[in-house]
Amino acid sequence: MASNISRSAVALLSGALFAVGLGVAGMLNPANVRGFLDILGNWKPALMFVMVGAIAVYAIANQLSLRMQKPVLDKDWGNLPKTGFDLPNQAKLGAVLFGVGWGIAGFCPGPAIVSLATLNPTVIMFTVAMFVGFYGFAIYERMKANRAK
Amino acid sequence: MMMALYGGLIIGLAAALLMIFNGRIMGISGIAGTFVNMIFTPSARRAQAGEFGWRAMFLLGMIAGGVLLSKFSKVFTEASMVATDPVTLIVAGLLVGVGTRLGWGCTSGHGICGIARFSGRSIIATVIFIAAGMAAVAVANALIRTAGGN
Repeated sequence: MASNISRSAVALLSGALFAVGLGVAGMLNPANVRGFLDILGNWKPALMFVMVGAIAVYAIANQLSLRMQKPVLDKDWGNLPKTGFDLPNQAKLGAVLFGVGWGIAGFCPGPAIVSLATLNPTVIMFTVAMFVGFYGFAIYERMKANRAK
Repeated sequence: MMMALYGGLIIGLAAALLMIFNGRIMGISGIAGTFVNMIFTPSARRAQAGEFGWRAMFLLGMIAGGVLLSKFSKVFTEASMVATDPVTLIVAGLLVGVGTRLGWGCTSGHGICGIARFSGRSIIATVIFIAAGMAAVAVANALIRTAGGN
């Protein structure tokens, strides 16, 4: 029980820290994101450094985790995704759809959820549609699994 | 540029905390997508009993972080939207929602955690969604120019 509370506290802190990081990085400004993706126009490459900074820190944490038997507060590493180059075509199509939506609105999932705090109707419309997409996909997966039975 | 780097370091730290302490990947589309499915599908929640609470807390943390930013920073007042038309927003939101689930992840899960874990599939996905985003922006700009808009 106590470990449940500590795990929840870490998740809460991680979520809040992530939000602040997005804010500091400039990821909460859709115009900034659009500038990063506007490689054929007025390209603003600065957001590349968000990935550089985040990957640098996380690569160290990942190396550390590989030397740990289990996480500090949990009994296992859950179902850690595999790391091979095996991305099926369907998933590649998903990445294309995501990229197009990201380019159109300037929001990816993290900033869309954090920006709900503004109660801005534009943000709410996008983010609700995104959640409908999440859930719609879950229903589709379930239907596919049922048919396969 | 330096702010982007600092922000990235903070984001990396947030992801590192979740990995080292809880052993979970900080992929937002996975966390939020599984969460919403668990909300509406009790059987999915029962199937993974210990996996609901931390997701709820993480998302709550994100909103709390957003509230803090809106109270103590100018990031939201300085932000400007690039799409405001409702139909465009809904189409874009659906594309991001379905696309990230179909594509096994988004900017955080693939672009940060996956690449830092030297995951081949994440490198491929990240290249694809950034390229698709760049293509979408180029097409949108061309359409605006043809329409004689700004």
